[in-house]
Amino acid sequence: MTTRQFGSPVLRKEDPRLVTGNGRYLDDLGHTAYEVAFVRSPHAHARIVDIDVDGALEVDGVVAVFTHEDLDGPAADRLPLLIPHPSIVAGRTGHALAKEDVNHVGEAVVMVVARDRYLAEDAAQRIVVTYEPLRPVVGIATSRDGDDLVHDDAPGNVAAHLLQEVGNVEVAMATAPHTLTLDLEIERSACMPMEGKGVLAHWDSDEQRMRIHSSTQTSTGVRAAVAAKLQLPLAQVECIAPDVGGGFGVKIMHPWPEEVLIPWAARRLDHDVKWTEDRREHFTSSAHERGQLQQVTVGFDDDGRLLALDVRFWHDNGAYLPYGVIVPIITATQLLGPYKPQNYRVEFWSLYTNTVLVTPYRGAGRPQGCFAMERTMDAIAAELGLDRTEVRSRNFIQPEEMPYDQGLLFQDGRPLKYDSGDFPASLAKLKALVGWDDFTAYREQAEAEGRKVGLGIGCYVEGTGVGPYEGGHVHVETSGRVNVATGLTTQGQGHQTILAQIVADELGVSIEDVYVTTGDTRRMPYAVGTFASRGAVMSGNAVALAARAVRAKALRIAADALEVSEADLQIEEGTISVKGAPHASIALSTVAVMSNPLRYAFDESAKAATQFAGAFDPDKPPVADEDEPGLEGKDFYSPTQATFANGMHAAIVETDPVTAEIRILRYCVIHDCGTVVNPMIVEGQVHGGVAQGVGGALYERMAYDETGQLLNASFMDFLIPYASEVPHIETDHLETPSPLNPLGIKGAGEAGTIPVSAVIASAIEDAEGFPIRSMPISPTELWDLRRQHARTNQETA
Amino acid sequence: MTDLDQTAPATVDVTLRVNGVEHTRTVEPRRLLSDFLRHDLRLTGTHVGCEHGVCGACTVLVDGDPMRSCLMFAVSAQEHEITTVEGLGTQDSMGPVQQAFVECHGLQCGFCTPGFVTTITAFIAENPDPTIDEAREAVSGNLCRCTGYQNICKAVVRAAEITRERADEDGAR
Repeated sequence: MTTRQFGSPVLRKEDPRLVTGNGRYLDDLGHTAYEVAFVRSPHAHARIVDIDVDGALEVDGVVAVFTHEDLDGPAADRLPLLIPHPSIVAGRTGHALAKEDVNHVGEAVVMVVARDRYLAEDAAQRIVVTYEPLRPVVGIATSRDGDDLVHDDAPGNVAAHLLQEVGNVEVAMATAPHTLTLDLEIERSACMPMEGKGVLAHWDSDEQRMRIHSSTQTSTGVRAAVAAKLQLPLAQVECIAPDVGGGFGVKIMHPWPEEVLIPWAARRLDHDVKWTEDRREHFTSSAHERGQLQQVTVGFDDDGRLLALDVRFWHDNGAYLPYGVIVPIITATQLLGPYKPQNYRVEFWSLYTNTVLVTPYRGAGRPQGCFAMERTMDAIAAELGLDRTEVRSRNFIQPEEMPYDQGLLFQDGRPLKYDSGDFPASLAKLKALVGWDDFTAYREQAEAEGRKVGLGIGCYVEGTGVGPYEGGHVHVETSGRVNVATGLTTQGQGHQTILAQIVADELGVSIEDVYVTTGDTRRMPYAVGTFASRGAVMSGNAVALAARAVRAKALRIAADALEVSEADLQIEEGTISVKGAPHASIALSTVAVMSNPLRYAFDESAKAATQFAGAFDPDKPPVADEDEPGLEGKDFYSPTQATFANGMHAAIVETDPVTAEIRILRYCVIHDCGTVVNPMIVEGQVHGGVAQGVGGALYERMAYDETGQLLNASFMDFLIPYASEVPHIETDHLETPSPLNPLGIKGAGEAGTIPVSAVIASAIEDAEGFPIRSMPISPTELWDLRRQHARTNQETA
Repeated sequence: MTDLDQTAPATVDVTLRVNGVEHTRTVEPRRLLSDFLRHDLRLTGTHVGCEHGVCGACTVLVDGDPMRSCLMFAVSAQEHEITTVEGLGTQDSMGPVQQAFVECHGLQCGFCTPGFVTTITAFIAENPDPTIDEAREAVSGNLCRCTGYQNICKAVVRAAEITRERADEDGAR
């Protein structure tokens, strides 16, 4: 009997390579390529007056120096606005190299190509750019004031404005027995993958072909963008995502300026060209996320049931808007979490600032939405003196109400309609795991020891697996090796393993025989990319469908050969046999040989398929009209809408009564991502997500000064949690399969990050007894809050 | 200030012993050890994540001690025994730390992993039976953005276990 792979904690196929130093990340390739360094703007907002590159040209080993003037064709035009949306009133994007002005510190102005990076940096230092500084717009409040503008033709600094309403908030609010208003704030953080971005381009002038390696989350996207920018036929461009050292969203943005410039330079110089982003560049010239100011007004009844929810928020989109308004749309819609607001109005303004642009970072707007909703839930509980889980319970969408349509349009332009989930069951599990009902005793004991502890909670729903589609290609070689290709890319999610698990089961082969390729446009030219926790949902189902096509074909050929009905056949461990008569069998590899009628016997196994090798029907063509040679199959999975995963987290924190230091004592997660392909990998995704959430809650922020200088653009100053800062994470799972796809998967990638700021805020609030309305929070800030509240209490007294 | 035109960078012959093999290359004296290993010797298992000694991805063993190869010149590493992740095992014959990372799902994207593998190798040489808390402390100088560290800590304890198991097997032979 073949062991079922699906659902098992199968060890990862990619690991032996990666742990022994045999990974191939971007900078591990192209050792003979020219290397690039950029001169980047030191100003947040300025006009470029003059660029003097003469000094650079004198440096031995410099090959070329390019400014915007050198760019030609579409490469000189503005970069694309990737996701147009009717709410965008002033969509501005930058140039690959700055043209007349710069709008954030770090914007690329001059590109230096040299024999190696050391020389390129030497030369870059000798370039003199003269700027006329303009008044920078930094911070959401400043941008909202609109006194100074980032872009002259974007009045009020407004890039986009959107209002969605379900029901009638005004009427419901006016008649609600209770109302509360909360002003909330979330600061910027960033993906910070351990490997920054990077691009290597190889131009084959004989074949007029471009091969790009990019540390990207979408190789098909980069390929199409480069073909357009360089005016090359798509057929002459290929893009490969090699091993990618983490993405978390920043690498779904494309084309980055460098993804246009490096191929452009490779063609111009007829030589391989490579750029590897350094850490400072990653801080100042890639992307950040999260920064929002929010105002929530909520109306509710005596039981804490929501009657009306009115949310306005101001979203900092940075200097440009290449990724459109996906992040604020997600905040606006996913804010609702597992709750029924009855009447909901949400309005946002997406604002320009002279800072690094904002594109999705793991969670992509959800952490902010979850923060708003969950702070509101806690505020209602506090106002009514109710248990916080009770208030949440009373507002839950019930399992029997699924599918539940929230009446809004989601980020994919389709209805925000939850497909599945059992929120009361998840909450019950969470309360049991963290010991919710026993916390009073826990707190009393801590208090007796002079310690201050608090318990926090946060619930979320995550729309995952958005379309439009992904594809799968499965090919069985005559050796029995099974090649699987899907177009989306991998940054550590273990796709080579989970997709092999799925195909091994579907096809009835050993997982050792399955080889998965992701993110290579040569193998699968139609794909979208890796984002929105969609890898397992989209490519998982696509490869399953492709494998089913291969299986059907193999059974058809085998049934002919064995002269039995297909229904009587089974495939196990790569052998097709007659059920109940295992001696009547044929290897899948043999079927692969038979599937491809040959003229030439290139090896021993091929002989069997040559034209004089056996009996055939002379009236039929070797390949039937409706058939194709080869044992392979391709299919695409394209869902009507997103699936909706969900989860609930709880944490116990301790705050030092004297120093206000914040320590997480316990962190508990209940997670429902539908059917689990590999529990070990899902668990790992949850751990990593929570760790990033902890960073965002307690440590990470982008410290911009009023001139738009990022003061902490290094790992010395931007505090990514080490092992010493991340708590042990306790997890439990609930599997409510999605009815929307054949495998029942809902996606797990981003989930862990989403509620963490809300949970930690909730726990600190519980420990301290005053509201926490701004995250992240440092000990200093908590200490200040304590003093503030002590003063207020004194004054009141 | 030095005028670059007047002093075209001189080169030096650098001889390093890496993973038991001696290599000589002619490089600029400012060549970092990380670049020398990666680009001159093409031992690309050592990764560079921050270029300023904070993340630990570039950690190699210098005479058995973990050091950040992005903060060291290649020329200063002469006369020392350098061990990179490639020297700690192969895909067919993984070292104990490598094996433990696979078993415990101690990696996701794998970019930081070589730095952890070298660091932990040195740690368990001195602490053959660490507790999970000691394991956490031991890896608290390396950044990982994927795993949340929980499985890395598990892998430290498991690596020590595998090391002991292998020693026992060797002893029994």
